[in-house]
Amino acid sequence: MHPFQYVAAKDVQEVVSLLEQYGDRARCMAGGTDVIVQARGGRFDLDAMVDIKAVPEVMELTLNGAGLRLGAATPCYRVYQDDKLRATYGGIVDAASIIGGIQIQSRASLGGNLCNASPSADGIGPLMVHNAVAVVAGPKGTREMPVDAFCVAPGKNAMTKGELLLRMEVPAPAAHSGSAYQRFIPRNEMDIAVVGVAVAVTLDAKGETIQSARIALAAVGPTPILAKAAGDSLAGKPVTPENIQAAADLAIAAASPIDDMRGTADQRRHLVGVLTKRMLTKAIERARGAA
Amino acid sequence: MVQDATVKTHVKTTINGELVEFLVEPYRSLLEALRDVLGMTGTKEGCNDGNCGACTVNLDGRIVDSCLVLAAEVNGKQLNTIEGMATPEGLHPLQQTFLEEAALQCGICTPGFLVAAKALLEKEPHPSEDSIRFWLAGNLCRCTGYDKIVRAVQKAAETPSKGSK
Repeated sequence: MHPFQYVAAKDVQEVVSLLEQYGDRARCMAGGTDVIVQARGGRFDLDAMVDIKAVPEVMELTLNGAGLRLGAATPCYRVYQDDKLRATYGGIVDAASIIGGIQIQSRASLGGNLCNASPSADGIGPLMVHNAVAVVAGPKGTREMPVDAFCVAPGKNAMTKGELLLRMEVPAPAAHSGSAYQRFIPRNEMDIAVVGVAVAVTLDAKGETIQSARIALAAVGPTPILAKAAGDSLAGKPVTPENIQAAADLAIAAASPIDDMRGTADQRRHLVGVLTKRMLTKAIERARGAA
Repeated sequence: MVQDATVKTHVKTTINGELVEFLVEPYRSLLEALRDVLGMTGTKEGCNDGNCGACTVNLDGRIVDSCLVLAAEVNGKQLNTIEGMATPEGLHPLQQTFLEEAALQCGICTPGFLVAAKALLEKEPHPSEDSIRFWLAGNLCRCTGYDKIVRAVQKAAETPSKGSK
């Protein structure tokens, strides 16, 4: 591993200055569960590791009528410990609960998961289906971009030199909404998704008609994918097995999987169909249980 | 101001209730500092990339993989390691039940399991078998097949075993 200096930054300005000064030779560290492994594995040589956990803005977790503000470095356990958050953002809590084991969840953050931009990230699809916005700070101030547009290639995000992710802002869902995330892995815990599917739905007051739906897919393309046509196909439709099947077929069409050590493209397409149906069913159940 | 990465950084932290100060290169992990700087070799290195849990320690009340923590990060924190588990009066109940239930063979994973299981019982004194298995999913053991470990934790927690007669 290339020797690097450790800096515990105190505020956003200090982080931005260090990132500007060092460029590719510096990285932000939240929980370190990806970046330390990558530095050790020689993916990049660093001169400075910038610990952002002492910056108050990135450790935020605020839930109110407007929605959720989730600091970029807020660890997973704080997400799944919050019962109110669980009731409103089920899919996000599902993901935070299955990223690594308890040790990893003590440190790893959904913001780090997003910045790492892995195609198989568990945390990104649930943010996408919840219409989350990424708030980024940089040399020219802050800017916002939809989480849908944040990942641009495997391991690459849309931030430029000197920028860091501050938080994700997730709007409050409408009444009668629910979301869910599940991945397929060959063992019970602690593995990388072969396929992951996140779903969010909003139902009518009777819980019989889908007003809107969003579906996102993991590990079936170079980035997490928003299967927009699949979600849109359900708008205004009654909850029926046929409509759910039709959406699952459109989700399969949105996937562009490859064969690799974790699974074949065919298996992945099959899994997208199975998981989309299951997650639609689960999100609908949760929406019916919600106020 | 960023210094030369070869200059050692000064870390002052509390380990098992005692104030400890040491010097370490800023890019070294907490695991390396514990084992190679402080000579506290009870914490084991398994995979060194956050998969196996052999290096589990308790940092400010939460279990973490010490291979994925930088030593410089623990300045001013509270650390608890396997060395702090037994007292002069005797073994921790988990250590005793691990022995009684033969919940180890080669022993490399054992300190990590013990530190992790202790944190579980402090949070949840009588966990279900499912809770134990879920909590310990971040600790790998290649010898026991896990059942003996789960039984040892259940025995320490005095919760009935699923297979008990």
